[in-house]
Amino acid sequence: MVPLSHVLALSVTLFVIGAAGFVFRKNIITVFMCIELMLNAVNLAFIGFSRYLGNLDGQLFAFFVIVVAAAEAAVGLAIIIALYRNRESLNIEDLDSMKL
Amino acid sequence: MATFSDTGWLLLITLIKIAVVVLVMLTSIAYLTWLERKVVAHIQSRWGPYLVGYSGLMQPLADGLKFILKEDIVPLEVDTIVYWLAPFLALTLAFLSIAVIPFGESFTIHGRTIFFQITDLNVGLLFVFAVTSLGVYSVALAGWSSNSKYPLLGGLRSSAQMISYELSLGLAVVGVLMMAGTLSLRGIVDSQSGFWHIAGVNTFLPHWNIFVQPVGFLVYFTAAVADTNRVPFDLPEGESELVGGYHTEYSSMKFAMFFMSEYANMITVSCLATILFFGGWHGPVFGPYVLRVLLPVFWFCFKLFCFLFFYIWMRGTLPRFRYDQLMAFGWKFLLPLGLLNVLATSFVVARISSP
Amino acid sequence: MTVGARHGVPVRIETNLVPLFYIFGALAVVAALSVVAQRMPVHSALSLIVVLCSLAVVYLLLGAEFVAVIQVIVYAGAIMVLFVFVIMLLNAGRETPSHRSRMAHWLGAPLVAAFLLEVLFAIWRQFPAGASHAAAAVDAGPAAIGHLLFRNYVLPFEVTSILILVAILGAVVLAKKEF
Repeated sequence: MVPLSHVLALSVTLFVIGAAGFVFRKNIITVFMCIELMLNAVNLAFIGFSRYLGNLDGQLFAFFVIVVAAAEAAVGLAIIIALYRNRESLNIEDLDSMKL
Repeated sequence: MATFSDTGWLLLITLIKIAVVVLVMLTSIAYLTWLERKVVAHIQSRWGPYLVGYSGLMQPLADGLKFILKEDIVPLEVDTIVYWLAPFLALTLAFLSIAVIPFGESFTIHGRTIFFQITDLNVGLLFVFAVTSLGVYSVALAGWSSNSKYPLLGGLRSSAQMISYELSLGLAVVGVLMMAGTLSLRGIVDSQSGFWHIAGVNTFLPHWNIFVQPVGFLVYFTAAVADTNRVPFDLPEGESELVGGYHTEYSSMKFAMFFMSEYANMITVSCLATILFFGGWHGPVFGPYVLRVLLPVFWFCFKLFCFLFFYIWMRGTLPRFRYDQLMAFGWKFLLPLGLLNVLATSFVVARISSP
Repeated sequence: MTVGARHGVPVRIETNLVPLFYIFGALAVVAALSVVAQRMPVHSALSLIVVLCSLAVVYLLLGAEFVAVIQVIVYAGAIMVLFVFVIMLLNAGRETPSHRSRMAHWLGAPLVAAFLLEVLFAIWRQFPAGASHAAAAVDAGPAAIGHLLFRNYVLPFEVTSILILVAILGAVVLAKKEF
C-alpha cells in the first residue's frame, strides 16, 4: 500500500507548484489555473486521509470542493471577461488603478 | 504454463479481448461508412457505391487507401502540438469508451469464466460519460488550432452543442439507474432479464426498460444524436454554413481520424441505448452450448444494427436545425423534460418500494 | 486492491498496483510544472487537464472510484472546458514579459524549492513511512457515498445547490454585454 507520507508529499508538491505559479505568472487566466491546481492538491490530501482513516467523509468533502470549484470558476471567468472588456488586457500588472 | 499466475492469465485474456474489440470496431466503422452511403443513396433513389467489389463492398478499403496516400496539407501558423493532438485525442477517446461495454454473457473454458466485456467497472456508466465529456476537447482544440475563422466558429459551436446535450444525456439515464440500482453496465443489463409481471400475471413482455422509461429513452436518444453531431443536429458540419466546420483545415489521415471517431461515437451511444433501454443481449436463446454463448452476442449486435440503421435513416430524411433552434431545444425543452422524467420516476419507485 | 468488479462485487487480484501511484504521481508533477512554465495559456490549460486526469487515476488507486470519475466528468470535462472556451474567446496569446524587478524573478525559484523541501521534511517527521498502515478498505461505491451525502451531509448538499444557482446568476450578469 502507498504510505500516507508519499500521498501527502505529492499533495504538497502540487500545492507549492500551484502557489509558485500563482505568485509568478502574469496572465490572469494562468493565475486562475494555478488556483485550481492548489484546490486539486488539497483534494488529494483529503482522499489520502480518507483512505488511511477508513472514513468516507474525506471523499465527500473532496466532492464538495469539486462542486464549489466549479461555481468559483464560472464566476471568476465571468469577472475576467468583464475585466477584459474594460481593460483590453489580460496582464495583472495592468490592473493597478487602485494602487497609490 | 502451470506456473502462469492468475494475474498473468488475466493480463493475457484482457489483451486478447482488447485486440479483438479494436479489430471489430475498426471493421465496423469502415463498413458503417459503406452502409451509410448505400442507405442514404437508396433513400434518395440512387445507387451509391457499386463499382468497387460486389455492390461496392470494397469501397471502404479504397477509401482507406485514398486517405493514406493523400497529401497531408498543414496550414501555416497552426499551433503544431494542439493541431496534431486533436484528431488523435478524438480517436483514442472514441475507442476508450468501448472498454466497459458488455457484448454478451460469458463462457467457461478450462474452469475459467470469460466475460464478453473488457472490464466491468462498478461505475461503468459514469466512465462512459467521463470519456464523452473529454471528447469535447478534440472538437474545440481542432477548431482553435486551425488558425482560421470557419473552423474556429464551427469548433466553438460544435463543442457548445456537445456540452449542452451532455446534461440531458446524463439526466435521461437517471430513471434507468433508479430502477437498476447499480451503475455497472452488466448489472443494468442483468436487471432487465425475464419478463414483466403485472399483479403476478406474466405478460410475456420482456423486462426491458423501454416499457417503463419511454420518455427517458426519447430524451436519451435525442441527446445522443445531438452529442454525436449527427443530423438533424449537424449544423457545425454543414457545408453551406461553415465549409467543413472544425475539420476544414485537416487533410488525409487526420481527417480520416475525425471521421472514424464520429462513427465510433455513434456506435458507442447506440451500444449504450441498447444496454440501458432494450435489454442488452437478452433475447431468445436455445440450442447447444456454443449457440447459447453466441446468440446473446448476436442479439446485441442485431439491436445495435437497428439503432445504427435508424441513425442513417434520419440522416437521409430530416433537415437540420438552425443553431439557435438547436440550443433552445436542448436547454428549454430537453433538459426540463429530463428533470420531469427523473421526478416522476423517483415518485413511482419510492411508492412501489415503500413497505 | 480490487481490480474489476462483477456489478459491484469487488474481485480481489493479488497484483501490486503501487508502482502506478508513483508513475501517475510523477506525471502529475511534470504536468503541474508545465502548467506554471508554459508561455501560452492554452498549453497551460491542456497541462492542467493532464494533471486532473492523472490525479483521477491516483484517486482510483486510493480507493475513491466515485470521486475519481466525478473529477473527470466535472473538473476535467466541464470546468476546464469553460477555461478553454474563455481562452479561445479572449484570444489569449503569449504572455508579455514582466516589467518588474529581475532579482525577484531569479530569487524566486530557489526560495520556492527551499519552502517545498521544508514542508516535505515536516511531513517526513510527522508520518514516518514505516509506521502508517491503512485502515480496512471501505466500500466507496456510489451507493455508500449517496447514503452519506443524503443523510449526514444533506444540509451542505442543499446549500451547495443554492450556491451553484447564485454562481450561475452572477456569471450571467457579469458577462453580459449590454446593461
